[in-house]
Amino acid sequence: MGTRNEKQKILIVDDSEMNRSILADMLGDEYEIVEAIDGAEAVARLNTDSTDISLMLLDIVMPNMDGFEVLAVMNKRNWIQDIPVIMISAENTSSYIEHAYELGVTDFISRPFDGQIVHRRVINTIMLYAKQKRLIELVSDQIYEKERSNNLMVSILSHIVEFRNGESGLHVLHINMMTEILLQTVMRKTDKYNLKRSDIPIISMASALHDIGKISIPGEILNKPGKLTKEEFDTMKTHTLIGAEMLDQLSYYKDEALVKMAYQICRWHHERYDGRGYPDGLAGEEIPIAAQIVALADVYDALTSKRVYKPAFSHEKAVEMITNGECGTFNPLLLECLLESADSIQEQLAVNSIKQESDRNIRNITEDLLHYEELSASERTLRLLEHERTKYQFFASLSSEIQFEYTREPSMLTLSEAGAKMLNAAEITMNPLEEEQIIGISDDKVMEEITKLVTGSSMESPVIQYDGELLVNGEWRWSRVICRSMWSHEEKPVMTGCIGKIVDMHEEHAKIKDLQRIASYDGLTGLLNQSNAKRHVMERLHENEDKDYILAIFDIDYFKNANDRCGHMFGDKVLQHMAGRLRGSTRDYDITARVGGDEFMIFMQDIEGIESIIDRVYHALTGKYEGFDISISMGISRTRKIGRKYENLFGCADKALYTAKQAGRAQYCFYDDSVKEILSVISSIDGEE
Amino acid sequence: MTIKECYEAIGGDYEAVYQRMMKKDSLIMKFTKKFLNDTSYKSLKDNLSGGNIEEAFRAAHTLKGVAQNLAFEKLYKPSSDLAEILRAGSTEGAGELMEIITKEYEKTIAAISELE
Repeated sequence: MGTRNEKQKILIVDDSEMNRSILADMLGDEYEIVEAIDGAEAVARLNTDSTDISLMLLDIVMPNMDGFEVLAVMNKRNWIQDIPVIMISAENTSSYIEHAYELGVTDFISRPFDGQIVHRRVINTIMLYAKQKRLIELVSDQIYEKERSNNLMVSILSHIVEFRNGESGLHVLHINMMTEILLQTVMRKTDKYNLKRSDIPIISMASALHDIGKISIPGEILNKPGKLTKEEFDTMKTHTLIGAEMLDQLSYYKDEALVKMAYQICRWHHERYDGRGYPDGLAGEEIPIAAQIVALADVYDALTSKRVYKPAFSHEKAVEMITNGECGTFNPLLLECLLESADSIQEQLAVNSIKQESDRNIRNITEDLLHYEELSASERTLRLLEHERTKYQFFASLSSEIQFEYTREPSMLTLSEAGAKMLNAAEITMNPLEEEQIIGISDDKVMEEITKLVTGSSMESPVIQYDGELLVNGEWRWSRVICRSMWSHEEKPVMTGCIGKIVDMHEEHAKIKDLQRIASYDGLTGLLNQSNAKRHVMERLHENEDKDYILAIFDIDYFKNANDRCGHMFGDKVLQHMAGRLRGSTRDYDITARVGGDEFMIFMQDIEGIESIIDRVYHALTGKYEGFDISISMGISRTRKIGRKYENLFGCADKALYTAKQAGRAQYCFYDDSVKEILSVISSIDGEE
Repeated sequence: MTIKECYEAIGGDYEAVYQRMMKKDSLIMKFTKKFLNDTSYKSLKDNLSGGNIEEAFRAAHTLKGVAQNLAFEKLYKPSSDLAEILRAGSTEGAGELMEIITKEYEKTIAAISELE
């Protein structure tokens, strides 16, 4: 419940602005009105926060999810239990109304609606829900209170018996605990007695009353030291029937589970499994299980406690006597249970002070409270959720990441507040893959790829990662999408959606690109290096299968001599100068590279008139530099002759270059059959070296 | 023109709306004027002529609801009839009904515009 000064919120869901406005006016100033223009928006609103809505007025016929679909979602998410819904519609056929009630609406108002009626019903419904909530709390308090006073009464009553019996007051407590332990063990072992967890506290509480009949047994018999005579024993035996009768004569409570159970226990806790007990001589499973258990607990405690007529026996001795049948025959299953739970019985029965007893009570009360967890948990859970939400929002606001959540049903994308701003999209988008705003933040391929990765993920490896360009703050930036798919908690989990974040990695990406660029160029000349030239050439060949190309390799004649004479610095300058000339004489689209010491490569399309182009390039590359005459030798291979394999093209161009050198340098040579012949007769000695 | 006269002019049920709007003329006035900006008539007309039956149904349905709430009886009846036809996915007789709706709608709009 909100505080008094906080207005309760009513969510009005109607696609007609007129209708929303009329309803809002009819409800007056007493409520805060939240509006949704269709079902999808209503669900989105509830998804953000369903706890602050006190009531919902819902239309049926609406675009983007109609009223019934909204109700279906509300049922699925369990919202319908906490948010009363009044349906308002012009549809007044009974099947519609029936369907609405089936889906959990509280009330149905048909159009045209009367202001008074809407107002009154809204107030009534809100009050009814509030009252129901208060009642639930009240009832649970009362149940708890009742149990507590029951406990108290039972414990006073049984102690009266005990003190009259001259016992320590612990017998009842021991029986109580042992009954509980044995019951739990029985339940673990078998379900043939149809015992429920909720039976345990009732039976163990009832066990305390097993001897109330003794209240009418004369004290001389009850506390006689020595053996009882036959008559005395017969009198003693009547305590079972007397106790049962006392309970049976209760006029008001005899139908209570506790009393019924106590009746069975009082009457039959001296019956034995072989039918030789008293008062009725019941045998086997004729004896109710509660009475069987209390009988065993009673015998055990009598054996292990000191009595006027006997000392206290040890646990082992007591168990031995019981299993030997010295105290009558018991259900073999119960004997098994006794042996199995021996440890916890000894441990718990060692309790012998009132202090420990009250500690135990506290523990029991706590356990009792836990039984009502469905009442208290919702609030605790809400607090936890609220805490988590605050935490999440705080961290989200600190980071520059874009956080998102996607649910499949309904198909909805939720972005963190900052994230929505960065992507220039709404915080909540229904059917995001159909929304321009969302589609627009990347190209189709990116979305497709991410969707594919997410749907391909599994519960075992739910996290996926994707790098791509997204439109963030109005510019295309390289971003990393990290995403975890979410799964339902059903036996066969299904993917319910995903959560994730988008991290900007534009700078990193630029750096990597830069490094890649640096690595692919020759540091001295700025031309491509050999390995990257090869990659580019192969790509070009692969992508343009209908086109022919030439590959030319050239080196500078007598470069080694120039290097030796004028030093490496000069040599480097010559190489840089040549690279400049090469760039100047080719087009940007051609691939130029430095492929070795003074070896360069040109790759260009083999078009008509290629010979004259090569001639022009060749001449552009020769000429004076700082007083030196520079000439080159060049070999050229053509795809139309050699094929499209890079290695062959390069090798043949190299051979043609060799031929050019052999022929006296300062010239170029196409690779053709004559080259092949020349090469076959010339030995491979390079005269230049 | 007073609100009562306006209702008389367009054949609306003033008494009914008076009761429903908690006997406040100010409220009736407010929403009647608001009707001038209601888009359901236009949406109905456009979608019907565009052959988009589903949308036309929704618009007719909304128009019917609004007319019903404001007790524009003459407008309510044909829009309700049209909504039922469209709901069944049909357009049979829709043209005639649309004509009636248009006539009533225009009459209603004209009267409301003359409200003081």
